[in-house]
Amino acid sequence: MNRQLSRLALVAVVLLVALVAATTYWQAWAAGGLQDRQDNAVELVAQFQVARGLILADNGRPLAADRRVRRNGQTLYFRRYPQKGLAAQVVGYSTSARTQTGLEESLNDYLTGANTNLSNAIRRELAQLGGATVHGNNLVLTLDPAAQALALQQLGDRCGAVVAMNPRTGAVYVMASTPTYDPNLIDKPGGYAKILKIRGGCGDGSALLNNATAGLFTPGSTFKMVTAAAALDSGAFTPDSVFHDPGYCIEYGKKVSNAGNPDQKGPEAFGRVTLAQGFEHSINSVFCNVGKKIGAATILEYAKKFGFYSTPPLETPANERAPSGLYYNGKLEYPKHPDTAVDPGRLAFGQEHLAVTPLQMLLVASTIANGGVVPRPYLVQRIVGPDGSTVHTTRPDNLGRAIKASTAADLTQMMISVVQAGTGTAAQIPGVQVAGKTGTAETAVNHVYTAWFVCFAPADDPTVAVAVVLEKQLNGFGGAVAAPIAKLVLEKLLHG
Amino acid sequence: MIGVAAFAVTLLAFRRDYRVLENYKYLFGLGAVGLLFMPLLPGIGQTVNGARLWVHAGPFQIQPGELGKVALIVFLAAYLREKREVLAQGRVKDWGPLLVIWGGAMLVLFVTDDLGSALLYYGIFLAMLYAATARLSFVVVALGLFLAGSAAVYQGTPHVRERVTNWLDPWTTHKVFCPLSGTMTLRQDCTSYQEVQSLYSIAHGGYGGTGLGSGTFTNTQGHQIIPYLNTDFIYSALAQELGLAGASALLLIYMVFVLRGFRVSLLAGDGFSKLLAAGLTFGFALQTFIIVGGILRVIPLTGITLPFVSYGGSSIVSNFLLLAGLMLVSHRANVEVEGR
Repeated sequence: MNRQLSRLALVAVVLLVALVAATTYWQAWAAGGLQDRQDNAVELVAQFQVARGLILADNGRPLAADRRVRRNGQTLYFRRYPQKGLAAQVVGYSTSARTQTGLEESLNDYLTGANTNLSNAIRRELAQLGGATVHGNNLVLTLDPAAQALALQQLGDRCGAVVAMNPRTGAVYVMASTPTYDPNLIDKPGGYAKILKIRGGCGDGSALLNNATAGLFTPGSTFKMVTAAAALDSGAFTPDSVFHDPGYCIEYGKKVSNAGNPDQKGPEAFGRVTLAQGFEHSINSVFCNVGKKIGAATILEYAKKFGFYSTPPLETPANERAPSGLYYNGKLEYPKHPDTAVDPGRLAFGQEHLAVTPLQMLLVASTIANGGVVPRPYLVQRIVGPDGSTVHTTRPDNLGRAIKASTAADLTQMMISVVQAGTGTAAQIPGVQVAGKTGTAETAVNHVYTAWFVCFAPADDPTVAVAVVLEKQLNGFGGAVAAPIAKLVLEKLLHG
Repeated sequence: MIGVAAFAVTLLAFRRDYRVLENYKYLFGLGAVGLLFMPLLPGIGQTVNGARLWVHAGPFQIQPGELGKVALIVFLAAYLREKREVLAQGRVKDWGPLLVIWGGAMLVLFVTDDLGSALLYYGIFLAMLYAATARLSFVVVALGLFLAGSAAVYQGTPHVRERVTNWLDPWTTHKVFCPLSGTMTLRQDCTSYQEVQSLYSIAHGGYGGTGLGSGTFTNTQGHQIIPYLNTDFIYSALAQELGLAGASALLLIYMVFVLRGFRVSLLAGDGFSKLLAAGLTFGFALQTFIIVGGILRVIPLTGITLPFVSYGGSSIVSNFLLLAGLMLVSHRANVEVEGR
């Protein structure tokens, strides 16, 4: 009988080994997938047992903090946002239904202390076994809360965005998007529906959308920075190249007129001008002719070097950032034969299906300020452990060279004259040389514009670059509507 | 406490020679059948969680099937020891007992809707039959019969069909009819809720677990997330608090127990002792497999208890009886070895 008994013993052991294998599968292999499921009631509670890390502005003021509650013998930590709508779209929210956006979503592993660094994992495991509360890591952002508040206040209830960064390092100082919302409302009954109803002055804007990184706007004349960069860097033109401006440019046998001047009827005509003067006064016919000469392919190639056609890197979730470029029926497309498929004249002055994010236009200005190298933008300067030790420090990086240093210097001179004597005089700051470019993009409605101003200062040694956009401005020219806001934000960041 | 008392009483009562039990084998057989069918009696039987497994007597609730299991093993050990040669010859008339037991298991399965217990009793029976006769063909035929019977029960019993569906597809992406609420809802929010939340509980444990006593089992309002956590789903609670390391350690301890049990069976001097020890041990392993395998989605989930861990008087008493039986056999084997 002993042979049968040995075999039975083997069967019994195999059954138990199968259980060890299955347990390993669920706890090691499949655990991650299960934890992410929305109907997971265990994680739903467990998330509140972790003291989630704080999200702090650069001066240490908390943008996201915890509310400690004792309930049914459990200590639970609920999220609160003391600064309300100040940086709502950047910080995002983390709700009790486990929906997350913004940095709360993308850096959730750090905030819950689940980031897989060996010493962290061991510390967390030991703390847990000892019955202690798990504390997440704190994020220290690069945002300047005073400048951020000023930007929000200036935007008011209009749809728009203000983004500012250090053009040398890529540290983002301001990322304001309006209309904004109070993330504390999300978990309140009916709060989410209330947020969805926020319209601002423009009708179709969503408060939840981060206009600075995901809002797509027609760049208008701010795109002339890219066209001018292509014209100069390719060697086809110099700032002194001469043009004749009759007030229009002829494309495909038709007149394309310059923008109207608010002070006079009909389009302006400047006569004999240089490329630099054309930039200073934002003359469309000049850029139309530049576009016809160098072609759409060259312009788009340079746009790509500035970061168009790729999603700009940032710590926020990828689906909250959009790439800039030519959009056909809502889809980003790089034409197979740009020189025949794209109208080079209209592309040159920033119309023709172009849609850009404020962050992308800020990157163009920052690249010029940074001597031709595209800085890599970042929002998180440090991640600090619960014991105060630094878990991660962001090192400034770049995304490669877009244009020659000499081209950047020429463009800087052209942008200085825009502010000194051109369309951007409203951005002048006494004692500081500001370099900038206005943009007034046409919309489907006559006399309603998307107003832009993109600038940096001080021009000889830039420390701050700012991009401002305002949507649907009636008779709102970039130089009149957006430039004053850019000026105030620049001053705040330069002088404190 | 009652378990330890039963353990002590059993050891004392049979300290001289437990083999007298052999003489009362038919009493045990009848007793086992009686215990198994007790929950079906009107008046004292109770349906809990879709299966009639419980009997209430005054303030007590008993699962008589647990004690029936031990009685059945004693009966089988004695009966098979006596008839093993005749059975091994495989004459047609000796198929009788096999068919009777098969019929009994199917009957239990059918009337109590308890797939797990039927599988357990039948598995123990087959294991002991194989040990006694060394005829693998019996096992193959019997397994075939069991599958056929199960298929019939699957067709005829909605409760069993639901368990199998929950096993194969616990998550749905579209809404299905929910018999509990009578509305259309996702399956994970309805019939497979327990299974799915139990898997979430296990996954939450990860490698190291949350630590004993600091697992997450209640929601923010303090309500229990997984019903029957302390009985049927005790393994998912343990796996969360102890993690992969602790859960594997528990299973390894069970494995050591099983190997020791079979060692006792190998060393024992007489057929009754061998079969008794093997039956008790194999039953232990199979019961663990059926409940934990059900929780881990290795097989469909059936509500039976995890030996020595689940909270439940009947189960603990029967497992201590099992342990006492093994110790008696072991003691006797040792005495015999020394005596030689």
